[in-house]
Amino acid sequence: MKTIVIDPITRLEGHGKIHLFVDDDGGLANCYFQVPELRGFEKFCQGRPVEELCRITTRICGVCPEAHHMASAKAIDAVYGVTPPPAAIKLRNLVYNAFYAGDHTTHFYALGGPDFVCGPDAPPAERNILGVIAKVGLDAGKKVIAQRARGQRVIEIIGGKKVHPVTALPGGMSKRVTKEEQAEMIKIGEEMVEFAKFTIQVFDAIVLANKAYVDLILSDMFTHKTYNMGLVDANNKVNFYDGMVRVVGADGKEHCKYQPKDYLNYVAEHVEPYSYLKYPYLKQIGWKGFVDGTDSGVYKASPLSRLNVSEGMATPLAQAEYERFYETLTGDRSGRMPVHATLATHWARIVELVYACEATLDMAKDEEITSDKIHNPPQSIVGEGVGIVEAPRGTLTHHYKTDKNGFVTEVNLIVGTTNNNAPITMSIKKAAEGLIRKGVEITDGILNRIEMAFRAYDPCFGCATHSLAGEMPLELIIHSVETGEILQKARRNC
Amino acid sequence: MKPKLAIYWAASCGGCDIAILDIEEKILDVAGFFDLAFWPCATDFKYKDVEAMPDKSITLTLFNGAIRNSENYYLANLLRRKSVVLCAFGSCAVEGGIPGLANFYDKQSIIDYAFHKSPSTVNPDGIVPLAEYQVPEGKLTIPVMFETVRSLPQVVEVDYLIPGCPPQSDQIAEVVKTVIDILSNGKPLPPPGTTLGASEKTCCDECPRRREVKKITKFIRPFEIVTAPDICLMEQGIICCGPATRSGCSAKCVSAGVPCRGCYGRPVNVRDQGAKMVSAIASVIDSTNPDEIERIISTIPDPAGTFYRFSLADSMLRRAQV
Repeated sequence: MKTIVIDPITRLEGHGKIHLFVDDDGGLANCYFQVPELRGFEKFCQGRPVEELCRITTRICGVCPEAHHMASAKAIDAVYGVTPPPAAIKLRNLVYNAFYAGDHTTHFYALGGPDFVCGPDAPPAERNILGVIAKVGLDAGKKVIAQRARGQRVIEIIGGKKVHPVTALPGGMSKRVTKEEQAEMIKIGEEMVEFAKFTIQVFDAIVLANKAYVDLILSDMFTHKTYNMGLVDANNKVNFYDGMVRVVGADGKEHCKYQPKDYLNYVAEHVEPYSYLKYPYLKQIGWKGFVDGTDSGVYKASPLSRLNVSEGMATPLAQAEYERFYETLTGDRSGRMPVHATLATHWARIVELVYACEATLDMAKDEEITSDKIHNPPQSIVGEGVGIVEAPRGTLTHHYKTDKNGFVTEVNLIVGTTNNNAPITMSIKKAAEGLIRKGVEITDGILNRIEMAFRAYDPCFGCATHSLAGEMPLELIIHSVETGEILQKARRNC
Repeated sequence: MKPKLAIYWAASCGGCDIAILDIEEKILDVAGFFDLAFWPCATDFKYKDVEAMPDKSITLTLFNGAIRNSENYYLANLLRRKSVVLCAFGSCAVEGGIPGLANFYDKQSIIDYAFHKSPSTVNPDGIVPLAEYQVPEGKLTIPVMFETVRSLPQVVEVDYLIPGCPPQSDQIAEVVKTVIDILSNGKPLPPPGTTLGASEKTCCDECPRRREVKKITKFIRPFEIVTAPDICLMEQGIICCGPATRSGCSAKCVSAGVPCRGCYGRPVNVRDQGAKMVSAIASVIDSTNPDEIERIISTIPDPAGTFYRFSLADSMLRRAQV
């Protein structure tokens, strides 16, 4: 038996490590994906005034603090049994969509995109955002930087601060938006929609027009038939900020649809002794291990999942893209049949990007967002609340209990990427099974294809770094379990 | 040969890295000037490569994140050895930051909650993650979590401190400009221990809100009233850490209608942010009667968790007794 350690892998919330065990005939014996970090937020939030939690839990993730700020704000609203004024809800929704527009852009161009734009076998030095710019032109690179800055600007206007927004309060928001700021955000929204159209063209020209890429996307090695989870509005359209959580099976049939407050009836978490990160699963199905299928409680929560659980998009251009997505991949434009190809997550992310840009523009135009009435101070306390939003990387649940004075007694968090802990493990394993075989030399291309299996999930951390450095370092070591002797080594950027 | 730059993250959220990206086109100056030997998460596991580098071969390391586990500790020491200049970057590295709030509890209670008590966890066999675990195919290891969270200066010698959660991008851009200027023109480095990317005043000095020297008889929570937009939040009865916090953020939170929580750390010549807050509060309490003063103080919600929101690990308290 040989051990292959992929260490480092990055682009995760926290640090990550992969162990692959290879048996004597060169086949894969087993695979372990480890997250070796625990900061203890659930514990140290205890004792804090609950209204502070939307300013503390942002520090779970500096890449998507907006998601934690919003899930937390909604949980706190529920703790106090208060509904924010319409203008406050609209501001939260607007800033959240603008955040998505920036975040999804970064992922497509800087993280996932290079595999397709430059090609999975392109030299590592080219397979990064600079390679993307070389291929699609410097102007495109500038457009990407500008799009990212647009999202950050809306966050600064509404959230008060670019990283770690601060303005959500129990019952509303603390910062009013002026007419001038609204005008600026409308202009930003218009530019975002143009950028979204440009991105559709880029994806069409570079990915869809290349049969080899489409074949790769649809290949069995990158396919997992699991349940899917996502938030939907009253019409079962994709919604990032609010709605009910819907779960559909591999066959597209609804497994459940629940209100945030009922999440404990539907989701549970499994523990393994070799990782600090738990493995969420569907409680009514049960934990059956790292396996596909309707008998296994494993589910995915990702851009692809959100499309799979919905019946369309709430804006016109995004709806057209949604239909084209399903027409191309399943032959049925209604989206009734889910897509299970993990790499199609990249395309799903673009459909969502289009929606986020259109929604930002629509919401920025709303007269009511400049209202002075943005805060309903709570008058009483319920003492328990659940808030759910869709983080870019999956359904995000914050659950708080407090004493009668609003001091926190219990916090439970199920975080975006965590939902996908089991599917990521399975995707890595399946890709490795397909790639690591007797007599096959481990090349950079193999390393990259293993990375592609989890990169599709957009594990959180890389959003930041890879816009510049481009390529994550990866080291794959095969050594003999008996002697510890290193048999083969492949590395890059290390 | 270009100077080498390393950016590493320990127990942190990634917000420091996003803040670096927010300097936008100026990042190209950084890429042009430095050899980006390590870039945030792109390099965090390259132990062997860092180990193989000669000591002091990295010109500048920006280290963000607190010291929560054995891996953070190891890397802090390794990067100290390999770097000429080591900067604590962001609140977590400078003073423990939000992860430092875990020092109100012990390690066991954190693990107990996450793996046994959390309402969504189903763990009938009582499994907890282990530093070493034997699977049928071999051994798996993960880092050991420490009992107490520490700041970077509590673990290794640090040359400079760049505070903020995260440091604001305009401040980062300014620091980058200064560093490039020093290195290209052979100018002397600032004295070790200097705080960079912040100013000498307090957050109150940057705050656009008006102070009327009003005294208060009761503290209230930030959501209990619709706040007046232009009057000092403390004078409206809301605990605001501005008086005990270094300036440098342009008073962003207070300008957006919420109180300062102290992320830029203690001001110049102040050892303990919480102690400074206590004296600031004393000056707004409208009473000289000890019983009345005690009553007013008892209305402060979570004083320890508020006054030491970002600095508990590095404070004179350091941690709760357990």
